[in-house]
Amino acid sequence: MFLFLALMTGCTNQMDSRKEIRIWAMGKEGEVLGTLVPAFERLHPDIKVRVQALPWTAAHEKLLTAFAGESLPDLCQLGNTWMPEFTALNALEELTPWITQSKVVQAKDYFRGIWASNVFDNQVFGIPWYVDTRLLFYRKDLLEKAGYTSPPQTWHEWKTAMQQIKKQVGPDKYAVLLPLNEFEPPIIFALQQPEEMLRENGTRGNFQSRSFKKAYGYYLDLFRSQLSPSVGNQEISNVWQEFGRGYFSFYITGPWNVSEFKARLPQSLQPAWATAPMPAPEVGQAPNSMAGGASLVIFKASKRKAEAWAFLEYLSRPEVQIRFNELTGDLPPRLSAWQNPKLADDPYMRAFRQQLEFTRPTPKVPEWERIATELRLTTEVVLSGRKSIEIALKELDTTTDRILEKRRWMMAQNRAMP
Amino acid sequence: MNTPALPIGTVRAAWFFVAPALLLIVVFFFVPVLAAFCLSFTDFDIYALANPDHLRVVGLKNYQELLASDDFWKAIGNTFYFVLVGGPLSVGISLGTALLLQSKVVRFKSFFRTVFFAPVVTTIVAVAVVWRYLYHTKYGFLNYILHFLGINPVDWLGDPAWAMPAIILMAVWKGFGYNMVIFIAGLQNIPDELYESARIDGAGAWQQFWHVTLPMLAPTFLFVGLMTMIGYFQLFAEPYVMTLGGPLQSTVSIVYLMYEQGFKWWNLGYAAAVAFVLFAIMLVATLIQFRLQKTDAS
Repeated sequence: MFLFLALMTGCTNQMDSRKEIRIWAMGKEGEVLGTLVPAFERLHPDIKVRVQALPWTAAHEKLLTAFAGESLPDLCQLGNTWMPEFTALNALEELTPWITQSKVVQAKDYFRGIWASNVFDNQVFGIPWYVDTRLLFYRKDLLEKAGYTSPPQTWHEWKTAMQQIKKQVGPDKYAVLLPLNEFEPPIIFALQQPEEMLRENGTRGNFQSRSFKKAYGYYLDLFRSQLSPSVGNQEISNVWQEFGRGYFSFYITGPWNVSEFKARLPQSLQPAWATAPMPAPEVGQAPNSMAGGASLVIFKASKRKAEAWAFLEYLSRPEVQIRFNELTGDLPPRLSAWQNPKLADDPYMRAFRQQLEFTRPTPKVPEWERIATELRLTTEVVLSGRKSIEIALKELDTTTDRILEKRRWMMAQNRAMP
Repeated sequence: MNTPALPIGTVRAAWFFVAPALLLIVVFFFVPVLAAFCLSFTDFDIYALANPDHLRVVGLKNYQELLASDDFWKAIGNTFYFVLVGGPLSVGISLGTALLLQSKVVRFKSFFRTVFFAPVVTTIVAVAVVWRYLYHTKYGFLNYILHFLGINPVDWLGDPAWAMPAIILMAVWKGFGYNMVIFIAGLQNIPDELYESARIDGAGAWQQFWHVTLPMLAPTFLFVGLMTMIGYFQLFAEPYVMTLGGPLQSTVSIVYLMYEQGFKWWNLGYAAAVAFVLFAIMLVATLIQFRLQKTDAS
């Protein structure tokens, strides 16, 4: 009995001497992160990692409340679209000094667009953990039937192919699905154009620019010429089933859907679908898509930054990223991880590998998600015929300017900006 | 009215006893409400959260913007729809079930009372999971019944015209048990002699209900009506768990708008202004209802 007690106290003493770091992760990542911890703790016997999983729906609110209440963890998974906000809050540790000393984290081993979404004023605030971009999922068989043996390379080619498909499938079916409740498709087309969607250092809307009008015009035309149905995702209750039925042949979506399509499409249709990089506006132009995904960040308020960095470094190792990919299906942000045959030889992944070379971040302002939501509502208004494109885009610029008013005021005050 | 002066010692003792409760109310209610009121005249947002220097006092700008925004009027419309249709429906069904459970022909009364009260104490999230299945366009029980009756399926939560009725139906089902219990208590307080003398005077069942039950229930009605209205004005959980305000903003209520502005976009100044507008609306509605009941009684 005494021996047992002695052992117990021995154990607890040992536990107490370890330095504990806390990490928050969301969704599926939060669920599986725990399985990577024991191996790290064996390498660093002095560190104890406590993982807390947050559901995505509550994560943003919880992070901001924790910031206000000064109860943030040491490090955290942060979606790329949230980076500008937390940089504006001045909540994140600048990582450049840590990176220069690191043997593991090498900026040039990361996809450029993804790395760029973590950089504000030449300062790095996050290390990409996994990447996420959108590209074409398409029905090879239907495209072949319409006379095409390879996926389209340019906007023009794509549209001609869609028109051919539409001829084949008839009035009740379509060539592409661009759900109206998603703001991503028009934004992807706009990211392929030279001009930014916000001007004057992200303080005013630039939706009446030539670039945006061209991108948005192409997007809206796909609805008007009946190539895409004017529906939201809630009306397509089962997107996989509809894809299988040939309701549409092209769909712009992300890596999470690869495993879904593999699992949900019937065996007979498995050889009939493939992935391809986004088409470019013209030959020779960059076929850009969004630089999505999540990064790992260390909070400024953390008292265990060295230990937190050690864990961040561990998670950034290529072999750990491969293991993480097996657990979650998330795509690694490092070029060296992509040399692993598991990814390099996967036909569905090849398109993602190509697309990741061509990603561009969305405007890096905290208000972006709100502005993108306004863009989505604009699309509904224009397609319903209540307003012309010209007027709707003018109003979108006005709304955007109003949303960014505070940001302009702060710039004028010459305060530190993200 | 003349109240005899109390000895100082008694007054002090009274203060001493109510002090803890008062303190709690002041600290956790009046201070935050006052702070929120002040907040509604500022542009408090994430920039201000980062650095208090970024806070601007904007006067009535939040209120002006609010009154000029389409989203706000849409939310007002949706909320009134919910209150004016859902409220009376809920009170009516509560009264109906209460009368049924009080009548002498019904058996297993306590069993039914428990069954009808059960949804009130069930968490909204669990209820939402079940109701989402009931409302499912293809596999839902409701559309199964409609199909049986030869009616085309309804996209309950996906169609802007049907989403609010669907929310009302669920909210009424979930909440009527509470008012029912209060009505039962009210009915039990009506002395049997009144019915007896009404019967002797030759009153039928309907006349008894109209001339005895309803007038005697007036105070209960006032309470139930007010509480239901106040609760229904604060519609939030149902759209939050069922539709997230959609489709096409058709289930965005005032409180949901406030939540979105405050906790999604973190415009706390603007969200505070929404809260005080809602408060003003509810205050007016309550006063109107008081006035109506008073004229009824006199």
